[in-house]
Amino acid sequence: MKIAIASGKGGTGKTTLSINLAQMLSQQIDGSKDVVLIDLDVEEPNSGVFIHGSVVHRETKYRQIPEINFDKCTFCGRCKEVCNFNAIATLPENVLIFPELCHSCNACVGLCPENAMSMKDYEMGELVEIAHDNLKFVESTLNIGEQQAVPLIFQAIEYSDKTFRNDSVFIYDSPPGTSCPMIESVKGADFVILVSEPTPFGLHDLKLSVETMQKLGKSFGVVINRDGLGEDLIGEYCSEHLVPLLGRIPDSREIATLYSRGDSIFHLESVYKALKNIIANIENQTNRNIF
Amino acid sequence: MKEIVVISGKGGTGKTSITAALAYLNKEKTVVADCDVDAADMHLLLKPDFANPAKFYSGHTAVIDQNNCIKCNKCRQVCAFGAINYVGGRFFVNELDCEGCGYCYHVCPSQAIKMEEALSGETYISKTRMDNTLVHAQLAIGADNSGKLVTKVKDLAKNLASEEQKDYLLIDGTPGIGCPVTASVTGSDFVVVVTEASISGLRDLKRAYELVRNFSIPLGVIINKSDLNPKVNKEIKDFLEEKNIPLLAGFEYNPAFINALTNGVTVPEFDTNLSHKMQNLWDDIQGRI
Repeated sequence: MKIAIASGKGGTGKTTLSINLAQMLSQQIDGSKDVVLIDLDVEEPNSGVFIHGSVVHRETKYRQIPEINFDKCTFCGRCKEVCNFNAIATLPENVLIFPELCHSCNACVGLCPENAMSMKDYEMGELVEIAHDNLKFVESTLNIGEQQAVPLIFQAIEYSDKTFRNDSVFIYDSPPGTSCPMIESVKGADFVILVSEPTPFGLHDLKLSVETMQKLGKSFGVVINRDGLGEDLIGEYCSEHLVPLLGRIPDSREIATLYSRGDSIFHLESVYKALKNIIANIENQTNRNIF
Repeated sequence: MKEIVVISGKGGTGKTSITAALAYLNKEKTVVADCDVDAADMHLLLKPDFANPAKFYSGHTAVIDQNNCIKCNKCRQVCAFGAINYVGGRFFVNELDCEGCGYCYHVCPSQAIKMEEALSGETYISKTRMDNTLVHAQLAIGADNSGKLVTKVKDLAKNLASEEQKDYLLIDGTPGIGCPVTASVTGSDFVVVVTEASISGLRDLKRAYELVRNFSIPLGVIINKSDLNPKVNKEIKDFLEEKNIPLLAGFEYNPAFINALTNGVTVPEFDTNLSHKMQNLWDDIQGRI
């Protein structure tokens, strides 16, 4: 099963939940199978802080940008004309490509009347695979200065799909927000967990995430993190709007301190119970066994 | 007019609470822009009137006219984003996958594809409950191009700040390092990075620093929840010293942040002690620009 963990607001506990769920599941899963945690928050990946294992694979990730064969180019300007992202500028005797604006759509290459263009690799980030027993971890990090997270997210998912058996449990630690990077991260998931916190900010951003899930037609549920911090805004919203509430992780200084050090929390009794509950509720919602 | 942008790298560090506090303390002198369009929350504290709504279109989405489609499959072959599906004998564009590149439009032999403008969101030029101007936006559900919406919000706010002859434009930026952050930081005079005393906070601070450094804009750092982990707090301070970055303020974990938020007010309105600290923070920033 593929479970994406997302949230509208940042800092609500996506990474905490992703890691601890992955660690707990990896201890319970039948030894022949894997739990695969993929950090898709490629702009600010932090799951790696919590995972200690050996690096089994490392590769540079590229996206495609056009290059020009000036022996064939007639400076006709067609490439600039068809580029909807303003990534190409044509001068009387030169053509400039702006890699940071290019979406790798291929239109310039395919529509060049002189066949003078082709695509080449352009470095955008790095992917690392770490193994700790049957917990596998894939982290990809976007280079500073790269504007687009989506191509790297796509490649990280593609790598995981190719590398691991499809009976593994996949957990996607997704980027915050509701725009393209988040959508790219959740679209292939069987189930989405939206993590929220009981504050007006948390509630407001949760509503946007719920609307996004509905638009995507995703099966999803909500986890309340830092439960007890304020009034039960999220619980009330969920029951009023018939949104499945999967579980509650209590607000505690102990949890915050463990997190700040990069330590796990799933062994704490209150958290363990909450995670058990979340898993049971996901199985209920999807009518599937998580393993 | 000086432009100050508050970013965080990591989400949930208290960026919006701190920006709102500074906005409250300087209500006569500032126009505020909520550029965190993915999770725009400033309005929950400043209570704007959502005036002057305007739809913002950015980019395009391909639409196939079924009457003219000759089902040649060319559009689907060229689409690099897998956005064209063939279902029930018809070709459809999945608008969430379509990047609006127009390649399909150009190759369609029967002119059956139109490129329609895509709705990115809605912008507002509002008066807050403190009667100053807030420019904010709501990203359309599932919309692309949030960076362009950020630029739009910022440009509107910039123009208003000079029109109203304000001293400052205060911007609530976005988390991360991608296009929305770049859009909020570009062209500003000072960047405030709000971090927290956790390993993730430090890691994200370092990435935010790298990003801002590329723009050669001066920056300062606020450590929120500084007592969460004294060891990491020290590591952050060491990092700042090493890079010669000013530490603007440190705030210990304080329930007043959450309580103010729950009551729909800014921190200085809720807690006098914090109000003084925020005022000092502002004076410090002012001295640096």
